[in-house]
Amino acid sequence: MNIAVLVKLVPDTEATIKIDADRRKIAAGEINFVLNPYDEFAVEEGLRQKEKAGGQVTVISLGGDEAAKALRNALAIGADEAIQVKSNGGLDMLGIAKALADAIRGRGFDLILAGKQAVDDDCGAVGAMVAEFLDIPHVSIVTKLDIEGDKLTATREIEGGVEVFEANLPALITAQKGLNEPRYASLKGIMASKKKVIEEVAATISTPKVEVITLTYPPQRPPGRIVGQGVDAVPELVRLLREEAKVL
Amino acid sequence: MDSGYKALDYLKLDELLTEDERMVRDLVREWVDREVIPIIGKAADEGKFPFHFIRQMAELGLYGPTLPERYGGAGLSEIAYGLIMQELERGDTGIRSFASVQSGLVMFPIFRYGTEEQRQKYLPKLASAELIGCFGLTEPNYGSDPGSMITIATKDGTGYRLNGAKMWITNGTVADLAVVWAKLDGVVRGFVVEKGLQGFSAPETKMKWSLRASVTSELVFDDVKLSADALLPEAKGLPGPLSCLTQARYGIAWGTIGAAMACFDEALSYAKQRVQFSKPIASFQLVQNKLVEMASEITKAQLLNYRLGQLKQAGKMTHQMVSLAKRNGCEQALKIARMSRDILGAAGITYEFQSGRHMVNLESVITYEGTHDIHTLAIGADLTGIEAYR
Repeated sequence: MNIAVLVKLVPDTEATIKIDADRRKIAAGEINFVLNPYDEFAVEEGLRQKEKAGGQVTVISLGGDEAAKALRNALAIGADEAIQVKSNGGLDMLGIAKALADAIRGRGFDLILAGKQAVDDDCGAVGAMVAEFLDIPHVSIVTKLDIEGDKLTATREIEGGVEVFEANLPALITAQKGLNEPRYASLKGIMASKKKVIEEVAATISTPKVEVITLTYPPQRPPGRIVGQGVDAVPELVRLLREEAKVL
Repeated sequence: MDSGYKALDYLKLDELLTEDERMVRDLVREWVDREVIPIIGKAADEGKFPFHFIRQMAELGLYGPTLPERYGGAGLSEIAYGLIMQELERGDTGIRSFASVQSGLVMFPIFRYGTEEQRQKYLPKLASAELIGCFGLTEPNYGSDPGSMITIATKDGTGYRLNGAKMWITNGTVADLAVVWAKLDGVVRGFVVEKGLQGFSAPETKMKWSLRASVTSELVFDDVKLSADALLPEAKGLPGPLSCLTQARYGIAWGTIGAAMACFDEALSYAKQRVQFSKPIASFQLVQNKLVEMASEITKAQLLNYRLGQLKQAGKMTHQMVSLAKRNGCEQALKIARMSRDILGAAGITYEFQSGRHMVNLESVITYEGTHDIHTLAIGADLTGIEAYR
């Protein structure tokens, strides 16, 4: 099976985010970037499907140096090939999806996997839009995936239950937590990833239909207060919750 | 997704690392965050080595990573190896010790002093943790003075007979094979002794208040019959085992700073949160002084280790240089662990926090693989040309 996985590098969830002077993007600075956690599930699923059915896994990322780093990380986990869709930014979600779809089209992928969303901007839009551009079926937020022949069965959790879809390949799936338990990279994988060449293709340029006007910080939360320790502190805690916080 | 650990990198040493060195470091850091930190306090409290780590570390490729790929290694740089040890000991000295012994004290001597058959037979299985190894040099009566050892090998037909005992052996009880140093015709030689041989036993050392999440043992050889191919042919004399210790001490120099970094991080975040006299204790000058001392010593040691790694990579590292780094790392890490424990107040004596555990572990590390005093004398001898211990 010929599998593609879309990946993105995002700020570490522990990182303290600062807004850039132009107030339209976050300041690069000293943030540690990691592979988007939902993309880790997608990479793992790609590797598992390959281990079951044979074939290969190609990871694809759009962007500059950060995209190359995301690809290097995915190669270290075990992906076979990598494609960087080179872009210097300036694309909106639709433009990113179009550029990715243009890079994917014609390569004969049977299955395309992506994280359900990137944890930086939380748009959750690109996966579905790529599927639309490629005119293939897609199932989002998937927690279980089975593939038999050229048919897939995908389970997604919905409010109060689960939904099960069937689709013909090729198809696109976006991964939700619970789909699998991602493996760690290995030292050998890291060293082997160095020897692999990342294929570079230019991103299709398109005019953004939406733009970010401004970024602001969430309201500052007042610092917490420790009223005491152990059982003795409970009456005072209850009193404050009732009288001050008014939540009881 | 991680434990909130923020590694101190005051002089931006990260910029000096290669991309793959950073990737290796981040991989081990993530593994320690996710797998080690959540359970290690309980493991230490119960005095149990977490055995499931053995296989996990093999899957990451942490055993013998600097060896060539044909022997199961990954051909890593010496700095990358050091960073692995730093990150493992950030978790716990016992975890780092396990990997140190397997890599530096078992795989290294087989690679360096073994025959091609011995390399093929053991190294890939040691890399995959199908086999666990240990290293026997220290004896009940010969620690700093290993040259006076009394464990003896005698010729017996085409093979050998081994008699004697070794002590303070990490992994001994759980090991499938031991690299044992014994005198043959008055010369120190290395032997690979496999578990299950008649007369070979490895009882566990109990009642430890340090290295609690690590197996420590005695090795007893009661007329153990060894075949001819048990001998590591290329090691003759004390430089053989001492070269292994140089490998392991290099890892310890890095590892101790990992422990110190864990303690500093814990002390810093605690000091910023803990309120006394209506303000965080981090606002008090005496506490800031401790934090600055810790950060200064960690930064100095990080730079020292980085340079030592460059020299090792270039084949220019002397064993005295390693003595200097090991001696400094242990001494400073122990001081830092004590300072952190102090900042943590009473909370610092529980396994809820890491610093107390690191503190008692480091009491072993400052003693094993050459005590602080012996390293002082080794460097003293190098500087003056006079061996004070003879």
